[in-house]
Amino acid sequence: MKTKSNIERLLEAGNFVVTSECGPPRGSDPEVIRKKGALLKGVVDAVNVTDNQTSIVRMSSLSACVILKELGIDPIWQVVCRDRNRIAIQSDILGAAALGINNMLCLSGDHQSFGDNPKAKNVYDIDSTQLISVVKKLRDEGKFLGEKEEEVKGRPNLFIGAAENPFGDPFEIRAMRLGKKVKAGCEFIQTQGIYNVEKFAQWMKEVCDRGLDKQCAILAGVIPLKSAGMASYMKKSVPGMDVPDELIARLKGVPKEQQGEEGIKIAVETIQKVKEIPGVRGVHVMAIEWEEKVAEIVKAAGLSPRPE
Amino acid sequence: MIVGNRKSLEEILELVKPYKKILLLGCRECITVCAAGGEREVGVLASELKIARKKDGEEIEIKEFTLERQCDVEYIEQIKPFIDEYEAVVSMACGAGINYTADCFPKNIVLPAINTTFLGVTLEQGVWSERCQGCGECILHLTGGVCPVARCAKSLFNGPCGGSAKGVCEVDKDTDCAWQLIVDRLKAQGKLENYEKIIEIKDWSTSRDGGPRRRIREDLRITS
Repeated sequence: MKTKSNIERLLEAGNFVVTSECGPPRGSDPEVIRKKGALLKGVVDAVNVTDNQTSIVRMSSLSACVILKELGIDPIWQVVCRDRNRIAIQSDILGAAALGINNMLCLSGDHQSFGDNPKAKNVYDIDSTQLISVVKKLRDEGKFLGEKEEEVKGRPNLFIGAAENPFGDPFEIRAMRLGKKVKAGCEFIQTQGIYNVEKFAQWMKEVCDRGLDKQCAILAGVIPLKSAGMASYMKKSVPGMDVPDELIARLKGVPKEQQGEEGIKIAVETIQKVKEIPGVRGVHVMAIEWEEKVAEIVKAAGLSPRPE
Repeated sequence: MIVGNRKSLEEILELVKPYKKILLLGCRECITVCAAGGEREVGVLASELKIARKKDGEEIEIKEFTLERQCDVEYIEQIKPFIDEYEAVVSMACGAGINYTADCFPKNIVLPAINTTFLGVTLEQGVWSERCQGCGECILHLTGGVCPVARCAKSLFNGPCGGSAKGVCEVDKDTDCAWQLIVDRLKAQGKLENYEKIIEIKDWSTSRDGGPRRRIREDLRITS
Protein backbone atom coordinates (compact mmCIF):
# COMPACT_ATOMS: atom_id res chain seq x y z
CA MET A 1 0.00 0.00 0.00
CA LYS A 2 1.28 3.38 -0.97
CA THR A 3 -0.94 5.47 1.27
CA LYS A 4 -3.08 5.42 4.40
CA SER A 5 -6.24 5.67 2.31
CA ASN A 6 -9.15 3.62 3.57
CA ILE A 7 -10.35 2.85 0.06
CA GLU A 8 -6.89 1.81 -1.11
CA ARG A 9 -6.74 -0.59 1.85
CA LEU A 10 -10.21 -2.01 1.19
CA LEU A 11 -9.61 -2.36 -2.54
CA GLU A 12 -6.35 -4.18 -1.94
CA ALA A 13 -8.18 -6.57 0.38
CA GLY A 14 -10.60 -7.28 -2.46
CA ASN A 15 -13.63 -5.44 -1.10
CA PHE A 16 -16.30 -3.80 -3.21
CA VAL A 17 -16.00 -0.18 -2.01
CA VAL A 18 -18.66 2.46 -1.53
CA THR A 19 -17.97 6.18 -1.63
CA SER A 20 -20.25 9.17 -1.44
CA GLU A 21 -20.07 12.89 -1.77
CA CYS A 22 -20.52 16.01 0.28
CA GLY A 23 -20.83 19.50 -1.19
CA PRO A 24 -19.43 22.30 1.01
CA PRO A 25 -21.75 25.17 1.98
CA ARG A 26 -22.02 28.68 0.57
CA GLY A 27 -20.73 30.08 3.83
CA SER A 28 -18.24 29.50 6.59
CA ASP A 29 -20.37 27.46 9.02
CA PRO A 30 -18.55 24.17 9.75
CA GLU A 31 -21.74 22.68 11.24
CA VAL A 32 -23.16 22.17 7.73
CA ILE A 33 -20.27 19.84 6.92
CA ARG A 34 -20.47 18.12 10.31
CA LYS A 35 -24.19 17.41 9.81
CA LYS A 36 -23.61 15.96 6.34
CA GLY A 37 -20.62 14.02 7.65
CA ALA A 38 -22.68 12.50 10.47
CA LEU A 39 -25.13 11.15 7.86
CA LEU A 40 -22.31 9.42 5.99
CA LYS A 41 -20.03 8.22 8.76
CA GLY A 42 -19.82 4.43 8.83
CA VAL A 43 -22.23 4.31 5.88
CA VAL A 44 -19.57 4.58 3.17
CA ASP A 45 -15.80 4.00 2.99
CA ALA A 46 -14.77 7.48 1.92
CA VAL A 47 -16.47 10.79 1.15
CA ASN A 48 -15.64 13.12 -1.74
CA VAL A 49 -15.65 16.83 -1.10
CA THR A 50 -16.39 18.83 -4.21
CA ASP A 51 -14.25 21.79 -5.28
CA ASN A 52 -16.49 24.76 -6.08
CA GLN A 53 -18.75 22.51 -8.13
CA THR A 54 -20.56 24.07 -11.09
CA SER A 55 -18.16 26.98 -10.56
CA ILE A 56 -20.21 28.37 -7.69
CA VAL A 57 -18.09 29.73 -4.84
CA ARG A 58 -18.25 27.52 -1.74
CA MET A 59 -16.17 26.73 1.32
CA SER A 60 -12.83 25.33 0.15
CA SER A 61 -12.71 21.63 -0.52
CA LEU A 62 -9.59 21.14 1.58
CA SER A 63 -11.10 22.90 4.62
CA ALA A 64 -14.25 20.81 4.42
CA CYS A 65 -12.08 17.67 4.06
CA VAL A 66 -10.32 18.52 7.32
CA ILE A 67 -13.67 18.97 9.09
CA LEU A 68 -14.77 15.51 7.86
CA LYS A 69 -11.43 14.05 8.88
CA GLU A 70 -12.01 15.31 12.43
CA LEU A 71 -15.21 13.24 12.47
CA GLY A 72 -13.25 10.12 11.58
CA ILE A 73 -14.24 10.03 7.91
CA ASP A 74 -11.65 9.39 5.17
CA PRO A 75 -12.23 12.29 2.77
CA ILE A 76 -11.48 12.34 -0.95
CA TRP A 77 -10.19 15.81 -1.74
CA GLN A 78 -11.44 17.01 -5.14
CA VAL A 79 -9.18 19.45 -6.97
CA VAL A 80 -10.01 21.24 -10.22
CA CYS A 81 -7.54 22.78 -12.67
CA ARG A 82 -9.80 25.74 -13.32
CA ASP A 83 -8.69 27.89 -10.41
CA ARG A 84 -5.06 27.06 -9.65
CA ASN A 85 -1.80 26.97 -11.52
CA ARG A 86 0.94 24.40 -10.99
CA ILE A 87 2.50 26.45 -8.20
CA ALA A 88 -0.71 26.63 -6.14
CA ILE A 89 -1.60 23.01 -6.87
CA GLN A 90 1.76 21.59 -5.76
CA SER A 91 1.58 23.72 -2.64
CA ASP A 92 -1.98 22.58 -1.85
CA ILE A 93 -1.00 18.92 -2.38
CA LEU A 94 1.73 19.25 0.24
CA GLY A 95 -0.67 21.07 2.55
CA ALA A 96 -3.40 18.46 2.12
CA ALA A 97 -0.98 15.64 2.91
CA ALA A 98 0.26 17.54 5.97
CA LEU A 99 -3.35 17.79 7.19
CA GLY A 100 -3.77 14.04 6.93
CA ILE A 101 -5.71 13.86 3.67
CA ASN A 102 -5.19 10.47 1.99
CA ASN A 103 -7.12 10.68 -1.28
CA MET A 104 -7.17 13.17 -4.11
CA LEU A 105 -9.45 13.36 -7.13
CA CYS A 106 -7.93 15.19 -10.12
CA LEU A 107 -10.48 17.06 -12.26
CA SER A 108 -10.57 19.68 -15.01
CA GLY A 109 -13.50 21.43 -13.33
CA ASP A 110 -16.71 22.90 -14.67
CA HIS A 111 -16.27 25.95 -16.84
CA GLN A 112 -16.67 29.23 -14.95
CA SER A 113 -19.47 30.36 -17.27
CA PHE A 114 -21.85 28.00 -15.40
CA GLY A 115 -21.22 29.57 -12.01
CA ASP A 116 -21.78 32.74 -10.05
CA ASN A 117 -18.66 34.43 -11.45
CA PRO A 118 -18.93 33.93 -15.20
CA LYS A 119 -16.61 36.91 -15.77
CA ALA A 120 -13.72 35.18 -13.96
CA LYS A 121 -10.47 34.31 -15.75
CA ASN A 122 -9.85 30.56 -15.78
CA VAL A 123 -6.41 29.11 -15.21
CA TYR A 124 -6.05 25.68 -16.88
CA ASP A 125 -2.27 25.86 -16.61
CA ILE A 126 -2.45 22.06 -16.58
CA ASP A 127 -5.28 19.63 -17.36
CA SER A 128 -6.63 16.74 -15.27
CA THR A 129 -4.37 14.12 -16.88
CA GLN A 130 -1.34 16.31 -16.28
CA LEU A 131 -2.52 16.95 -12.70
CA ILE A 132 -2.43 13.19 -12.07
CA SER A 133 1.19 13.17 -13.25
CA VAL A 134 2.02 16.05 -10.91
CA VAL A 135 0.76 14.21 -7.79
CA LYS A 136 2.48 11.03 -8.90
CA LYS A 137 5.77 12.83 -9.41
CA LEU A 138 5.59 14.44 -5.98
CA ARG A 139 4.60 11.18 -4.32
CA ASP A 140 6.56 8.46 -6.13
CA GLU A 141 9.60 10.32 -7.44
CA GLY A 142 9.69 12.85 -4.62
CA LYS A 143 10.33 15.59 -7.14
CA PHE A 144 8.81 18.99 -7.81
CA LEU A 145 7.96 20.16 -11.31
CA GLY A 146 10.50 22.46 -12.89
CA GLU A 147 13.79 22.25 -14.71
CA LYS A 148 15.72 21.41 -11.56
CA GLU A 149 13.30 18.70 -10.38
CA GLU A 150 14.17 19.52 -6.79
CA GLU A 151 13.60 16.99 -4.05
CA VAL A 152 10.40 17.01 -2.01
CA LYS A 153 11.24 16.77 1.67
CA GLY A 154 8.30 14.76 2.96
CA ARG A 155 6.41 13.14 0.11
CA PRO A 156 2.63 13.57 -0.05
CA ASN A 157 1.12 10.10 0.24
CA LEU A 158 -2.15 10.54 -1.59
CA PHE A 159 -4.17 7.81 -3.28
CA ILE A 160 -4.64 9.20 -6.78
CA GLY A 161 -8.05 9.32 -8.41
CA ALA A 162 -9.80 10.95 -11.33
CA ALA A 163 -13.21 11.06 -12.97
CA GLU A 164 -14.34 9.76 -16.32
CA ASN A 165 -17.57 10.22 -18.19
CA PRO A 166 -18.41 7.05 -20.14
CA PHE A 167 -21.28 8.95 -21.78
CA GLY A 168 -19.36 11.96 -23.04
CA ASP A 169 -18.59 12.33 -26.72
CA PRO A 170 -16.71 11.24 -28.71
CA PHE A 171 -17.62 7.84 -27.19
CA GLU A 172 -14.97 5.94 -29.15
CA ILE A 173 -12.08 7.58 -27.30
CA ARG A 174 -13.56 7.47 -23.79
CA ALA A 175 -11.78 4.24 -22.83
CA MET A 176 -8.59 5.51 -24.49
CA ARG A 177 -8.93 8.68 -22.48
CA LEU A 178 -9.09 6.63 -19.29
CA GLY A 179 -5.98 4.81 -20.54
CA LYS A 180 -4.11 8.13 -20.64
CA LYS A 181 -5.13 8.87 -17.06
CA VAL A 182 -4.00 5.42 -15.94
CA LYS A 183 -0.70 5.88 -17.75
CA ALA A 184 -0.29 9.22 -15.96
CA GLY A 185 -0.70 7.45 -12.60
CA CYS A 186 -4.39 7.29 -11.79
CA GLU A 187 -5.27 4.53 -9.29
CA PHE A 188 -9.03 4.89 -8.98
CA ILE A 189 -11.79 6.31 -11.13
CA GLN A 190 -15.23 7.55 -10.19
CA THR A 191 -17.51 7.74 -13.17
CA GLN A 192 -20.22 10.20 -14.09
CA GLY A 193 -23.68 9.20 -12.86
CA ILE A 194 -24.94 6.12 -14.69
CA TYR A 195 -28.51 5.84 -15.94
CA ASN A 196 -27.79 4.05 -19.21
CA VAL A 197 -26.36 0.82 -17.77
CA GLU A 198 -26.06 -0.80 -21.19
CA LYS A 199 -23.82 1.95 -22.52
CA PHE A 200 -21.78 1.86 -19.32
CA ALA A 201 -21.30 -1.89 -19.74
CA GLN A 202 -20.12 -1.29 -23.31
CA TRP A 203 -17.54 1.22 -22.03
CA MET A 204 -16.47 -1.17 -19.24
CA LYS A 205 -15.92 -3.92 -21.79
CA GLU A 206 -13.54 -1.70 -23.70
CA VAL A 207 -11.86 -0.69 -20.44
CA CYS A 208 -11.35 -4.37 -19.53
CA ASP A 209 -10.22 -5.27 -23.07
CA ARG A 210 -7.47 -2.72 -22.62
CA GLY A 211 -6.59 -4.19 -19.23
CA LEU A 212 -7.25 -0.87 -17.51
CA ASP A 213 -9.44 -2.44 -14.80
CA LYS A 214 -6.35 -4.27 -13.56
CA GLN A 215 -4.34 -1.08 -13.18
CA CYS A 216 -7.03 1.17 -11.79
CA ALA A 217 -10.14 0.60 -9.63
CA ILE A 218 -13.32 1.65 -11.39
CA LEU A 219 -16.07 2.95 -9.11
CA ALA A 220 -19.39 3.32 -10.89
CA GLY A 221 -21.17 6.64 -10.28
CA VAL A 222 -24.82 6.64 -9.22
CA ILE A 223 -26.90 9.78 -8.74
CA PRO A 224 -30.34 9.09 -7.20
CA LEU A 225 -33.10 11.02 -8.93
CA LYS A 226 -35.46 13.01 -6.70
CA SER A 227 -38.17 13.49 -9.31
CA ALA A 228 -39.13 13.16 -12.97
CA GLY A 229 -38.36 16.88 -13.24
CA MET A 230 -34.78 16.32 -12.09
CA ALA A 231 -34.39 13.49 -14.60
CA SER A 232 -35.65 15.65 -17.47
CA TYR A 233 -33.45 18.53 -16.38
CA MET A 234 -30.39 16.28 -16.33
CA LYS A 235 -31.17 14.92 -19.75
CA LYS A 236 -31.74 18.34 -21.28
CA SER A 237 -29.44 20.65 -19.41
CA VAL A 238 -26.45 18.75 -18.06
CA PRO A 239 -23.99 18.22 -20.92
CA GLY A 240 -22.65 14.69 -21.16
CA MET A 241 -25.51 13.10 -19.15
CA ASP A 242 -27.30 10.13 -20.67
CA VAL A 243 -30.77 9.69 -19.13
CA PRO A 244 -32.88 7.18 -21.10
CA ASP A 245 -36.48 8.22 -21.81
CA GLU A 246 -37.91 5.04 -20.27
CA LEU A 247 -36.41 6.08 -16.94
CA ILE A 248 -38.10 9.47 -17.09
CA ALA A 249 -41.36 7.72 -18.06
CA ARG A 250 -40.99 5.37 -15.09
CA LEU A 251 -40.69 8.30 -12.69
CA LYS A 252 -43.57 10.13 -14.35
CA GLY A 253 -45.63 6.99 -13.94
CA VAL A 254 -45.81 7.36 -10.16
CA PRO A 255 -47.45 10.19 -8.17
CA LYS A 256 -45.19 13.16 -7.53
CA GLU A 257 -44.83 12.52 -3.80
CA GLN A 258 -43.60 8.98 -4.52
CA GLN A 259 -41.11 9.92 -7.25
CA GLY A 260 -38.27 10.31 -4.76
CA GLU A 261 -38.89 6.81 -3.48
CA GLU A 262 -38.96 5.50 -7.05
CA GLY A 263 -35.70 7.38 -7.75
CA ILE A 264 -34.10 5.58 -4.83
CA LYS A 265 -35.37 2.24 -6.14
CA ILE A 266 -33.79 3.05 -9.51
CA ALA A 267 -30.51 3.93 -7.80
CA VAL A 268 -30.52 0.66 -5.85
CA GLU A 269 -31.28 -1.36 -9.00
CA THR A 270 -28.50 0.48 -10.85
CA ILE A 271 -26.00 -0.37 -8.09
CA GLN A 272 -27.02 -4.02 -8.23
CA LYS A 273 -26.67 -4.09 -12.00
CA VAL A 274 -23.29 -2.33 -12.21
CA LYS A 275 -21.94 -4.50 -9.39
CA GLU A 276 -22.27 -7.49 -11.71
CA ILE A 277 -20.37 -5.85 -14.58
CA PRO A 278 -16.83 -7.26 -14.83
CA GLY A 279 -14.18 -4.80 -13.72
CA VAL A 280 -16.39 -2.67 -11.46
CA ARG A 281 -14.74 -2.45 -8.02
CA GLY A 282 -17.14 -0.18 -6.22
CA VAL A 283 -19.84 2.47 -6.42
CA HIS A 284 -19.81 6.19 -5.90
CA VAL A 285 -23.21 7.40 -4.66
CA MET A 286 -23.72 11.09 -5.33
CA ALA A 287 -26.86 12.10 -3.48
CA ILE A 288 -26.84 15.79 -4.31
CA GLU A 289 -28.14 17.69 -1.25
CA TRP A 290 -29.81 14.39 -0.29
CA GLU A 291 -27.09 12.92 1.92
CA GLU A 292 -29.71 11.58 4.37
CA LYS A 293 -30.74 8.98 1.77
CA VAL A 294 -27.30 7.44 1.24
CA ALA A 295 -27.56 5.03 4.18
CA GLU A 296 -30.92 3.77 2.92
CA ILE A 297 -29.60 3.28 -0.62
CA VAL A 298 -26.43 1.49 0.49
CA LYS A 299 -28.41 -0.78 2.80
CA ALA A 300 -31.07 -1.60 0.19
CA ALA A 301 -28.30 -2.43 -2.28
CA GLY A 302 -26.99 -5.01 0.19
CA LEU A 303 -23.76 -3.14 0.82
CA SER A 304 -24.20 -2.59 4.56
CA PRO A 305 -22.50 -2.86 6.93
CA ARG A 306 -19.21 -1.61 5.53
CA PRO A 307 -16.10 -3.66 6.25
CA GLU A 308 -13.89 -2.47 9.11
CA MET B 1 -5.62 38.00 -39.07
CA ILE B 2 -6.27 40.06 -35.98
CA VAL B 3 -10.00 40.49 -35.44
CA GLY B 4 -11.65 43.26 -33.48
CA ASN B 5 -14.99 44.89 -32.79
CA ARG B 6 -15.70 48.58 -32.71
CA LYS B 7 -16.74 49.85 -29.30
CA SER B 8 -20.29 51.12 -29.00
CA LEU B 9 -21.05 54.71 -29.99
CA GLU B 10 -22.05 55.46 -26.38
CA GLU B 11 -18.69 54.29 -25.09
CA ILE B 12 -16.74 56.24 -27.69
CA LEU B 13 -18.83 59.37 -27.03
CA GLU B 14 -17.90 59.03 -23.35
CA LEU B 15 -14.19 58.69 -24.23
CA VAL B 16 -14.19 61.84 -26.39
CA LYS B 17 -16.46 63.85 -24.10
CA PRO B 18 -13.74 66.29 -22.98
CA TYR B 19 -12.54 67.00 -26.54
CA LYS B 20 -13.72 69.29 -29.32
CA LYS B 21 -11.13 68.42 -31.94
CA ILE B 22 -10.03 64.86 -32.57
CA LEU B 23 -8.05 62.83 -35.08
CA LEU B 24 -9.85 59.60 -36.00
CA LEU B 25 -7.20 57.17 -37.14
CA GLY B 26 -7.97 54.01 -39.13
CA CYS B 27 -5.72 51.17 -40.32
CA ARG B 28 -5.72 49.36 -43.67
CA GLU B 29 -4.52 46.01 -42.35
CA CYS B 30 -6.45 43.23 -40.56
CA ILE B 31 -8.90 45.61 -38.94
CA THR B 32 -10.02 46.74 -42.41
CA VAL B 33 -10.48 43.13 -43.52
CA CYS B 34 -12.66 42.36 -40.49
CA ALA B 35 -14.68 45.52 -41.20
CA ALA B 36 -14.03 47.20 -37.85
CA GLY B 37 -11.51 50.02 -38.31
CA GLY B 38 -10.73 50.69 -41.97
CA GLU B 39 -11.32 53.84 -44.00
CA ARG B 40 -15.01 53.10 -44.39
CA GLU B 41 -15.54 52.51 -40.66
CA VAL B 42 -13.59 55.70 -39.89
CA GLY B 43 -16.08 57.60 -42.10
CA VAL B 44 -19.09 55.96 -40.46
CA LEU B 45 -17.87 56.61 -36.91
CA ALA B 46 -16.97 60.23 -37.73
CA SER B 47 -20.51 60.87 -39.00
CA GLU B 48 -22.09 59.16 -36.00
CA LEU B 49 -19.98 61.16 -33.56
CA LYS B 50 -20.69 64.47 -35.30
CA ILE B 51 -24.45 63.84 -35.41
CA ALA B 52 -24.58 62.78 -31.77
CA ARG B 53 -22.49 65.70 -30.54
CA LYS B 54 -24.48 68.19 -32.63
CA LYS B 55 -27.67 66.87 -31.04
CA ASP B 56 -26.16 67.55 -27.63
CA GLY B 57 -25.12 71.04 -28.72
CA GLU B 58 -21.43 70.09 -28.31
CA GLU B 59 -20.10 70.08 -31.85
CA ILE B 60 -16.89 68.22 -32.57
CA GLU B 61 -14.29 68.66 -35.28
CA ILE B 62 -12.95 65.39 -36.64
CA LYS B 63 -10.09 64.73 -39.03
CA GLU B 64 -10.44 61.35 -40.69
CA PHE B 65 -7.20 59.64 -41.59
CA THR B 66 -6.35 56.03 -42.36
CA LEU B 67 -2.81 54.68 -42.28
CA GLU B 68 -1.43 51.78 -44.25
CA ARG B 69 -0.54 50.22 -40.88
CA GLN B 70 -0.47 51.41 -37.29
CA CYS B 71 2.11 48.79 -36.37
CA ASP B 72 5.04 50.30 -38.28
CA VAL B 73 6.67 53.57 -37.38
CA GLU B 74 7.20 54.76 -40.96
CA TYR B 75 3.43 54.88 -41.44
CA ILE B 76 2.61 56.22 -37.98
CA GLU B 77 5.02 59.11 -38.59
CA GLN B 78 2.73 60.38 -41.32
CA ILE B 79 0.54 61.97 -38.65
CA LYS B 80 3.50 63.78 -37.04
CA PRO B 81 3.02 67.06 -38.97
CA PHE B 82 -0.56 67.57 -37.71
CA ILE B 83 -1.17 65.40 -34.61
CA ASP B 84 -0.64 68.35 -32.25
CA GLU B 85 -3.51 70.24 -33.85
CA TYR B 86 -5.86 67.75 -32.20
CA GLU B 87 -6.69 67.28 -28.55
CA ALA B 88 -6.84 63.51 -28.88
CA VAL B 89 -6.31 60.66 -31.33
CA VAL B 90 -9.04 58.01 -31.49
CA SER B 91 -7.41 54.94 -32.97
CA MET B 92 -9.41 52.35 -34.86
CA ALA B 93 -6.49 49.93 -35.17
CA CYS B 94 -6.11 46.66 -33.28
CA GLY B 95 -4.63 46.79 -29.78
CA ALA B 96 -1.10 46.56 -31.19
CA GLY B 97 -1.68 49.56 -33.44
CA ILE B 98 -3.29 51.62 -30.67
CA ASN B 99 -0.35 50.86 -28.37
CA TYR B 100 2.22 51.72 -31.00
CA THR B 101 0.58 54.97 -31.99
CA ALA B 102 0.57 55.91 -28.30
CA ASP B 103 4.20 54.77 -27.93
CA CYS B 104 5.27 56.97 -30.86
CA PHE B 105 3.52 60.05 -29.44
CA PRO B 106 3.84 59.70 -25.69
CA LYS B 107 2.64 63.26 -24.97
CA ASN B 108 -0.55 62.92 -27.00
CA ILE B 109 -3.78 61.37 -25.81
CA VAL B 110 -4.53 58.17 -27.78
CA LEU B 111 -7.92 56.54 -27.17
CA PRO B 112 -9.14 53.10 -28.27
CA ALA B 113 -12.23 52.76 -30.46
CA ILE B 114 -11.71 49.03 -31.02
CA ASN B 115 -11.90 46.02 -28.71
CA THR B 116 -9.34 43.59 -30.12
CA THR B 117 -10.67 40.07 -29.78
CA PHE B 118 -8.67 37.29 -31.43
CA LEU B 119 -6.41 35.84 -34.10
CA GLY B 120 -8.81 34.24 -36.49
CA VAL B 121 -10.18 33.48 -39.90
CA THR B 122 -13.14 34.54 -42.04
CA LEU B 123 -15.64 31.68 -42.03
CA GLU B 124 -18.00 33.51 -44.37
CA GLN B 125 -18.86 37.10 -45.22
CA GLY B 126 -19.43 38.75 -41.85
CA VAL B 127 -18.40 35.76 -39.70
CA TRP B 128 -14.98 35.44 -38.09
CA SER B 129 -13.73 32.73 -35.79
CA GLU B 130 -10.76 32.30 -33.46
CA ARG B 131 -8.02 29.86 -34.41
CA CYS B 132 -4.84 30.82 -32.55
CA GLN B 133 -3.82 32.30 -29.21
CA GLY B 134 -0.22 32.97 -30.11
CA CYS B 135 1.05 30.76 -27.28
CA GLY B 136 4.48 30.50 -28.85
CA GLU B 137 4.74 26.71 -28.95
CA CYS B 138 2.67 25.19 -31.71
CA ILE B 139 1.41 21.61 -31.33
CA LEU B 140 -0.93 21.50 -34.34
CA HIS B 141 1.06 18.56 -35.75
CA LEU B 142 -0.14 16.48 -32.78
CA THR B 143 -3.78 17.49 -32.92
CA GLY B 144 -4.70 17.17 -36.57
CA GLY B 145 -4.40 20.90 -37.17
CA VAL B 146 -7.03 21.85 -34.57
CA CYS B 147 -5.68 23.95 -31.69
CA PRO B 148 -6.85 22.86 -28.22
CA VAL B 149 -5.39 26.01 -26.65
CA ALA B 150 -7.47 28.38 -28.75
CA ARG B 151 -10.48 26.22 -29.51
CA CYS B 152 -11.22 24.34 -26.28
CA ALA B 153 -12.89 26.54 -23.64
CA LYS B 154 -10.63 24.95 -21.02
CA SER B 155 -7.53 24.64 -23.24
CA LEU B 156 -7.33 20.94 -22.37
CA PHE B 157 -4.39 19.03 -23.82
CA ASN B 158 -5.38 15.42 -23.35
CA GLY B 159 -8.91 15.08 -24.56
CA PRO B 160 -12.44 16.35 -24.20
CA CYS B 161 -13.93 17.15 -20.81
CA GLY B 162 -17.05 15.34 -19.66
CA GLY B 163 -19.25 18.04 -21.13
CA SER B 164 -18.65 17.31 -24.81
CA ALA B 165 -21.98 16.22 -26.28
CA LYS B 166 -22.84 15.54 -29.92
CA GLY B 167 -19.82 17.48 -31.09
CA VAL B 168 -20.78 20.62 -29.20
CA CYS B 169 -18.91 22.42 -26.41
CA GLU B 170 -20.77 22.58 -23.09
CA VAL B 171 -20.05 26.27 -22.84
CA ASP B 172 -21.88 27.33 -25.99
CA LYS B 173 -24.20 25.39 -28.27
CA ASP B 174 -22.81 27.22 -31.31
CA THR B 175 -19.22 26.17 -30.59
CA ASP B 176 -17.75 22.91 -31.83
CA CYS B 177 -16.00 20.78 -29.22
CA ALA B 178 -12.34 21.16 -30.22
CA TRP B 179 -11.57 17.61 -29.08
CA GLN B 180 -14.40 16.17 -31.17
CA LEU B 181 -12.84 17.97 -34.15
CA ILE B 182 -9.38 16.66 -33.23
CA VAL B 183 -10.60 13.07 -32.87
CA ASP B 184 -12.56 13.25 -36.15
CA ARG B 185 -9.53 14.69 -37.93
CA LEU B 186 -7.09 12.12 -36.52
CA LYS B 187 -9.51 9.34 -37.46
CA ALA B 188 -9.84 10.63 -41.01
CA GLN B 189 -6.05 10.72 -41.26
CA GLY B 190 -5.72 7.20 -39.81
CA LYS B 191 -3.76 8.64 -36.88
CA LEU B 192 -6.06 8.08 -33.92
CA GLU B 193 -3.17 6.43 -32.09
CA ASN B 194 -1.73 9.96 -31.74
CA TYR B 195 -4.51 10.57 -29.26
CA GLU B 196 -3.14 7.97 -26.88
CA LYS B 197 0.09 9.88 -26.36
CA ILE B 198 -0.02 12.08 -23.28
CA ILE B 199 0.70 15.69 -24.11
CA GLU B 200 3.06 16.85 -21.38
CA ILE B 201 2.62 19.93 -19.22
CA LYS B 202 2.99 23.00 -21.36
CA ASP B 203 5.68 25.65 -21.15
CA TRP B 204 3.59 28.81 -20.91
CA SER B 205 6.65 31.06 -20.71
CA THR B 206 6.50 31.35 -24.51
CA SER B 207 2.96 32.66 -24.17
CA ARG B 208 1.75 35.93 -22.69
CA ASP B 209 2.62 34.56 -19.28
CA GLY B 210 6.31 35.20 -19.96
CA GLY B 211 5.67 38.95 -20.36
CA PRO B 212 5.61 40.98 -23.60
CA ARG B 213 7.36 38.97 -26.28
CA ARG B 214 9.94 40.10 -28.81
CA ARG B 215 11.26 38.50 -31.92
CA ILE B 216 14.67 39.51 -33.18
CA ARG B 217 16.13 38.57 -36.55
CA GLU B 218 19.71 39.77 -36.42
CA ASP B 219 20.16 39.09 -40.14
CA LEU B 220 17.44 41.60 -40.96
CA ARG B 221 18.53 44.36 -38.60
CA ILE B 222 20.12 47.47 -40.00
CA THR B 223 23.00 48.37 -37.74
CA SER B 224 24.80 51.65 -38.21
